[in-house]
Amino acid sequence: MTAARPDRPKMFQPKMPANWWLKHPKYFLFMLRELSSVFIAIFLVVFLIQIAQLLRGPAAYKAFVQTLRAPGWIIFHIVAFLFALYHSITWFEAASKILVIRRGEHRVPPQDVVAVGFTAWGVVSFVILVLVLLLRS
Amino acid sequence: MPTKRMMEPFWWALFGAGGTVAALLVPIHLFLQGIAAPLGWVSINPTLFGHLLVKLYLFVLISLPLYHWAHRFRYTLYDLGVKGMRQPIAVLCYGIAVVGTIVTAWILWRG
Amino acid sequence: MSEPTVTLHVTRYHPEHDSAPRRQSYSVPYRQDWVVLDALNYIKDQIDGTLTFRWSCRMGVCGSCGMMVNGVPRLTCAAFLREYYPHEIRVEPLTNFPIMRDLVIDMSDFMEKLRSVKPWIIRDEEKPLEEGEYLQTPAELEQYKQFSMCINCMLCYAACPVYGLEPEFVGPAAIALAQRYNLDSRDQGHKQRGPVIASHEGIWDCTFVGECSEVCPKSVDPAGAIQQAKVTTTNEWFKSLLLPWGKR
Repeated sequence: MTAARPDRPKMFQPKMPANWWLKHPKYFLFMLRELSSVFIAIFLVVFLIQIAQLLRGPAAYKAFVQTLRAPGWIIFHIVAFLFALYHSITWFEAASKILVIRRGEHRVPPQDVVAVGFTAWGVVSFVILVLVLLLRS
Repeated sequence: MPTKRMMEPFWWALFGAGGTVAALLVPIHLFLQGIAAPLGWVSINPTLFGHLLVKLYLFVLISLPLYHWAHRFRYTLYDLGVKGMRQPIAVLCYGIAVVGTIVTAWILWRG
Repeated sequence: MSEPTVTLHVTRYHPEHDSAPRRQSYSVPYRQDWVVLDALNYIKDQIDGTLTFRWSCRMGVCGSCGMMVNGVPRLTCAAFLREYYPHEIRVEPLTNFPIMRDLVIDMSDFMEKLRSVKPWIIRDEEKPLEEGEYLQTPAELEQYKQFSMCINCMLCYAACPVYGLEPEFVGPAAIALAQRYNLDSRDQGHKQRGPVIASHEGIWDCTFVGECSEVCPKSVDPAGAIQQAKVTTTNEWFKSLLLPWGKR
């Protein structure tokens, strides 16, 4: 791609640094967004174990929930929660760039797509919260 | 059309579905199961989990976002400059997601 | 009364005697209405005639004057000194490209990638001239108009970390331009562009960092173009899998 030719002077090929994502705030935020998927995945594994214990019986479930009371776990879940929020926000913003809905010449403004996403998120979360509270033991 | 069908669109479709499920549902469940329940603010009714519909819901909630993680993590490793191991990384990431899916199904089924 | 000045730190690289790029500082007059390009031209005219850089229209339509200004890809004809004054201004050649001389980069890789996506109307069969023009409604024009605004300035390639990491990546502008033609109602070349666009080095290398669209001076939104291409390609993939008998 950049081989020097006899009639061309030597070109300087800069190298991409391994820590390129630390060089700019926007790149760092990008990495955080990608990292959010890790925290979400770990939470889902913990959640699965929680369900497995719950299906084993109330004693097993109670013991597991006790374990989750440890400060380390609470802090993990708070951090994971913040990452999950960041994932949701960036996801709906991204979706607004991908979902292009046109009526003739008029394109639905991207902000409207984001608003629909956020609304759906709010509604779904509220419904789940209400269901869990209404059906609590 | 290419003679050998590339699998990329398939994994991307799962990534999109998983990411959407995660975006809509994970925050509230994280709050409920990870913070509210351990701190005693709410107590989850165990009989809910016997329901078939609930089990299906939980299966989708847990397994789909694993593919979101797998695809994103695979490309994050590429973006971090890991070269020459592209194939093994892809196999590992999607492999973990598939294993996770099977384990989730098994736990929910036998429970 | 002495005029206010601003300091520019400019990359210099003369391969005939430099083994690596170095930095040279210049003090130029600060004028309210000057852009970085004006400062560079002042340097070349009044201080150091050996400084080499590309520019042409100086009004943001030719795409020639792209450089890194304080680490951000900018058109230097659109980057006003007053945005930075009184701080010092660092001017470097566009990232991710080989440096030929001073602020001039080698764009042959981009030109090759551009050519590879066949950025022109492809017809199965051309209409004879007597039949007149290919007609297009305003709604059909809207489908691709945004992507047609690209001025090939390559700021998006400088902003894209994937292009820096993976030199084979076709890149934002080339894919956006492929989309411009794929979405054009007059075009029938979608299949021909497929091997380049729907390949690993095409849309699939993109991880939607989104910086390309952030720096684009013409609001082309190449990131959006690439993700939309992913959706189209994925839909076609599933269609061809589930409906193999379908006429495609």
